[in-house]
Amino acid sequence: MNKRMLIVSALTDTGVLSDLSCAEWDLLIRQGRRANLLARLAYQLTANDLMDAVPAQPRLHLISALRMVERQDKAMRWEVQCILKALGNTGVDVILLKGAAYVMAGLPTANGRTFSDIDILVPKRHIAEVESQLMLNGWQGTHHDDYDQRYYRQWMHEIPPMRHIKRGTTIDVHHTILPESARLKINTPALFQNAVELPGHKRLFVLHPEDMLLHSATHLFHEGGLDNGLRDLFDLDSLFRFFSETPGFWERLVPRAAELGVTRPFYYAVRFCTMMLNTPIPGDVVAASRIGKPSAALSLFMDFCYRRALRPVHESCATAGTGLARVCLYVRSHWMRMPFPLLVCHLVRKAIRNSTPPSWDAPFARDPN
Amino acid sequence: MKISEYSEKQLVELLRRGHLLLRLKPFVARVQSDIASIARDIALMYGEFETVPIDSFADFHVSVVLETGIFGWMKPRARFYFDGRPSFVPLPVNQAFAMLEWGLNWCIAAHSHQYLVIHAAVVEREGRAAILPGAPGAGKSTLCAALITRGWRLLSDELALLDMATNVLYGTCRPVNLKNASIDIIKQFAPEVVMTEPVADTTKGTISLMRPPKGSVSLVESPAHPAWIVLPRYSPSAPPKFESHSRAESFMLIAEQSFNYDIHGGKGFNAVGDLVDQSLCYEFTYSKLEDAVRAFDDLCRGRVE
Repeated sequence: MNKRMLIVSALTDTGVLSDLSCAEWDLLIRQGRRANLLARLAYQLTANDLMDAVPAQPRLHLISALRMVERQDKAMRWEVQCILKALGNTGVDVILLKGAAYVMAGLPTANGRTFSDIDILVPKRHIAEVESQLMLNGWQGTHHDDYDQRYYRQWMHEIPPMRHIKRGTTIDVHHTILPESARLKINTPALFQNAVELPGHKRLFVLHPEDMLLHSATHLFHEGGLDNGLRDLFDLDSLFRFFSETPGFWERLVPRAAELGVTRPFYYAVRFCTMMLNTPIPGDVVAASRIGKPSAALSLFMDFCYRRALRPVHESCATAGTGLARVCLYVRSHWMRMPFPLLVCHLVRKAIRNSTPPSWDAPFARDPN
Repeated sequence: MKISEYSEKQLVELLRRGHLLLRLKPFVARVQSDIASIARDIALMYGEFETVPIDSFADFHVSVVLETGIFGWMKPRARFYFDGRPSFVPLPVNQAFAMLEWGLNWCIAAHSHQYLVIHAAVVEREGRAAILPGAPGAGKSTLCAALITRGWRLLSDELALLDMATNVLYGTCRPVNLKNASIDIIKQFAPEVVMTEPVADTTKGTISLMRPPKGSVSLVESPAHPAWIVLPRYSPSAPPKFESHSRAESFMLIAEQSFNYDIHGGKGFNAVGDLVDQSLCYEFTYSKLEDAVRAFDDLCRGRVE
């Protein structure tokens, strides 16, 4: 048993769980918790009637994680209703992204998935109207600093996150899916054109299946902090598997990646899903995805980085080079996000203002004392 | 093997290597620390607790370690880690054991949604439990400490674990947190109790932990049936007095004082409802511990209206 990737082995083949030792269960729970994949494992075990076979101690942690995501699922549905109510007067079509979309579209990707905030996509011309309606309904802007405001509004693909004053929930309002300053230019109008209205809701949309998958890939392979990297890779795996039943999905996928301008992240999605999670992807799609493949040298380097970084950020998962891989991907994400001169100015400002590494703000909601 | 069967040197070594698996029923905590005073305090407080073999499943992997850095040698500080990830702010090293206790409370409260976890002290007599919810400064820990030296069994002074399927309460029977004046009050009230060295200037003032009674530790696995919800209120020179407390307010109090009430949704609502339904709810005013203990004996004998 590969102890470094116990959580991956468990999620890709629940059969391995039947002969885990106590120490291996201990490690599995820790890796799963750190990767935010514990509830997904719990969901799979419950769905396959395997939960009762889990030893009592780890089972309690699995059940505990499941309770937490059940609660998040309810909260997410309620929050979407609140957002729709707040934006009802504007007549703006709202596209849900990522977690919220998986939940509201009833995709299996939502099963056992953890959430932290809600992401929505609206046309850029409506951003000001959406923002003010949200403010009138209790959401407050964050990042009040002048520089941060300019950073978001001028260069980013979203306005500063907004937080509800009573519920404490956060909403990210996007107008496209990658920063405006990013090297990769997205064909945003095409995204809006194909959005699918959710039955039973007014003016509530999710991205078209191919676009949903391509957005998930673009998001993961532009991210610098990969704390949830493995979870996001499992999202992709789940989307590939679920949409494989949708007629025309595989045929449309690669042409659509080209149309939106995201063949590179799509290549990585195919590469690492098949390599690390054995995702079943038709051979011709794998072959066609290579139009997004970088040069041989870069390709080797990216393999080196992602094979290490797409793991739980846990001591038991680290190998030689894991730290280096994470640093490289972090630097790369900034490189991708904005042109070099702008990046230098941005990093200098950040360095002066904030010398504390971000990972130190452990988000502990309540101190029990 | 019990903690009391290890020498302090052995404990220091086990802690240094992170090989100390402490059974805090129903949990197991795996503790790592390079701070010698923690070994001393664990020996003092957890003597009656068992350890488990190193290859067992541990619910929580925690460390309390010295902070390194330029100022480390001038003003040593310790930090709590949950499974390798730093949590909470670093504190002066003399608060290391208290930080371990607070950290363990956090671990239990944040990860045990198989229970409704209520911020309350729980004591038991003849199978029936009194829940003392935690309004800060109301003297819940002081009252709890006094009661457990006079025949009541300690379940917990911080975290009540309610099994929602069976409606019974569990506790981990860990040390009782005493603060400020209550440290000396308990020392006078029960000179035989064992406490850690008081530590001044913490966020909660001066604190000291009190060793859980041997009899309570040996019964840690026995649940207790909720019988009373008592909201303690210390009031100088007031005579001891139980007053009926509204069920609705008791409900709200328990819900507010639960760490994971919201996570359980409708089930949590029903569980708190059942808990309140099967308990007599009181507000209890007291000034002297002797009187308070006598009043609780009357409560147990059904002599309180």
